[in-house]
Amino acid sequence: MSYKIIEKVRLNSVMWKMAVEAPLIARSRRAGQFVIVKIDEKGERIPLTINDSDSGKGTITIIFQETGATTKRLGCLKAGDSISDVLGPLGKETDFGKVGKVVLVAGGVGIAEILPIAGYAKSAGNYVLTIIGGRTKELVILEEELKSLSDKLIVTTDDGSYGIKGLVLHPLRDAMAAERFDLCYSVGPDIMMKAVSETTKPRALKTLVSLDANMVDATGMCGTCRVTVGGRTQFVCVDGPEFDGHLVDWDGFLKRQKRFVEEEKQAIGYFEKHNKNCIYKQ
Amino acid sequence: MNTQDPKKRIKNFDEVALGLTEEEAVKEAKRCLNCKKAACAGGCPVEIDIPAFIQLIAKGEFEKALAKVREKNFLPAVCGRVCPQEDQCEKVCILDKKHMPIGIGDLERFVADWEIKKGSRFKVQGSRVGSGKEKIAVIGSGPAGITCAGELAKMGYDVTIFESLHKPGGVLTYGIPEFRLPKRIVEIDIGYAQSLGVKIENNFLAGKTKTIDELKKDGFKAFFVGIGAGLPYFLGIEGEALNGVYSANEFLTRTNLMKSYLFPEYDTPVRIGNSVGVVGAGNVAMDSARCALRLGAKDVRIIYRRTEIEMPARLDEIHRAKEEGIKFELLTHPLKFSGDDKGWVKEAELMRNELGEPDASGRRRPVPIKGSEFKMKLDTVICAIGQGPNPLLPKTLPGMKLNADGNIVVDKNNMTSLEGVFAGGDIVTGAATVIAAMGAGKRAAASIARYLSK
Repeated sequence: MSYKIIEKVRLNSVMWKMAVEAPLIARSRRAGQFVIVKIDEKGERIPLTINDSDSGKGTITIIFQETGATTKRLGCLKAGDSISDVLGPLGKETDFGKVGKVVLVAGGVGIAEILPIAGYAKSAGNYVLTIIGGRTKELVILEEELKSLSDKLIVTTDDGSYGIKGLVLHPLRDAMAAERFDLCYSVGPDIMMKAVSETTKPRALKTLVSLDANMVDATGMCGTCRVTVGGRTQFVCVDGPEFDGHLVDWDGFLKRQKRFVEEEKQAIGYFEKHNKNCIYKQ
Repeated sequence: MNTQDPKKRIKNFDEVALGLTEEEAVKEAKRCLNCKKAACAGGCPVEIDIPAFIQLIAKGEFEKALAKVREKNFLPAVCGRVCPQEDQCEKVCILDKKHMPIGIGDLERFVADWEIKKGSRFKVQGSRVGSGKEKIAVIGSGPAGITCAGELAKMGYDVTIFESLHKPGGVLTYGIPEFRLPKRIVEIDIGYAQSLGVKIENNFLAGKTKTIDELKKDGFKAFFVGIGAGLPYFLGIEGEALNGVYSANEFLTRTNLMKSYLFPEYDTPVRIGNSVGVVGAGNVAMDSARCALRLGAKDVRIIYRRTEIEMPARLDEIHRAKEEGIKFELLTHPLKFSGDDKGWVKEAELMRNELGEPDASGRRRPVPIKGSEFKMKLDTVICAIGQGPNPLLPKTLPGMKLNADGNIVVDKNNMTSLEGVFAGGDIVTGAATVIAAMGAGKRAAASIARYLSK
């Protein structure tokens, strides 16, 4: 059994969208869940959010940014190629239901991950304000899709090349000052989710964050993705990926996230040396 | 049995124990007294006709000897390597009185390896007496699942194994290292069950990819849950979230399943420091310590709260670990781990124990000695203090009865509180041996056949 890539679309210089044949996962997956992808015999098992699915076609959509060796390798594959292993759907599904007013805050590749959450929040009957941010204009993706799922959409860029100049935190503060929200949901870089949680905490705005951690089996068997939440050890793969952002031990989590930094560099070096023929990217 | 030279083998992941030659095997088999009331067979959880297969080896009829083993055991090449024979068949061998029992495990391995070397193809064995119709789902492809599936396929049932990882074998694949159980051997033994018609679906997490109820709708009439002990236990002390602290499950899965010893050719990393402390003294601890050494650690210590006598690991494994230079900090337990400002473990605070009165397990209880605290520099810590039941699947089955530890409760026929759902192996008993799980898989297969023919 292998999992065929049906479609591959470039979203910007570092992000790709892929539709992959995985009929069982397409049928059962819910917002907030992820898959483990392993490219081939030598591949690493990496978690990727399920962005969308089409149970009729039997496909799931994943969006990824080329950051490590595996995502760079994935970027070298094209429609028609196959991935040897896809496991899912994994993690708990999003189930906050109808709470009233929801503010979604996403940055970087987290913008892709917020899409199913926006769809969920809207269909549950909530008012949805979505704030998305990227370093620069070309990294802001899925604007139209998110606009259609949100009552209001705000875009920021760090360099001011598009939307409001600055971080997502500023419009978040403004929004909280202007109206009362019942829930904040954030996904993106760890430091952004930490900052969002610190911003909403003084106002006691309940905040869910969707964590992305290094995993191996992703079924609760190895414990590598452990994070301390409210003083208790939790596994991102089975207890998450959503947690209360006000209870996450961010400093501990940020340190754990760096445990394979040197190996990641080494892996990228190895990839670049051995994949000079990745013509698809040129 | 001959082994690779310790000095050389700590630099590779090749198999340590080299197996018997034909001459050695025949010579060993000829020592068997062929007892009328053979105690050895009674000591085998899957009831291999031990004297019969040994007599066949003595006559040089290796193919027939293997067929005799396979009548009862689906994983002879595996069991010949990892069974604790010294506590089972060999323990009750009449020759044990002279401290020289027949090397039953070595002989079992010999016949299995003989066939592998010869490259002969599997022939379908056993009689297909079943209806040939009912579909049975086996969850988990470890020793319990493979055995249950193989037995049922032999009876003619249509059996599919659902495995969550990308390769079958369970603990044989992710847990036990290459140097003790080569993965090629595991594939060959599993291939035998497949030759009987067992289908294996990898990347299928029962409860998530499909629920048991959905599988029922797909036409599966009975289930066997053999999902093992898939939840790592940590010590519950300060500093366990530090970088460089692994559960044995994580460390072994990275090393064995993901082949991180071949990083960066293989994509999965594992980081090992110079000084490694392995907490625990079972086979998993020995495996972890020996892997750490092969990954380049300079100083590897087993940290165990009791003495060598109480160690749960097999004697062979303890012996080989010592040969390889693993050090043993006995009567010692960790109090906490501390790290540097980047969150990496650097030091353990430990305490010495003395042995007190026996506890519930019958082993003498370790009692901390006041004022014996001391510190040890460590770059890597591996917690090998045991595994519990992974709650993921049971949580999707609200009616399933579990005990206080979360293990599945079964009746004498290995049936759970859910009609038609059977279970066996570590998920029922808590972490035990490969062969005990196989015994449970076998009993459950017989119960499932009875259940379906009702």
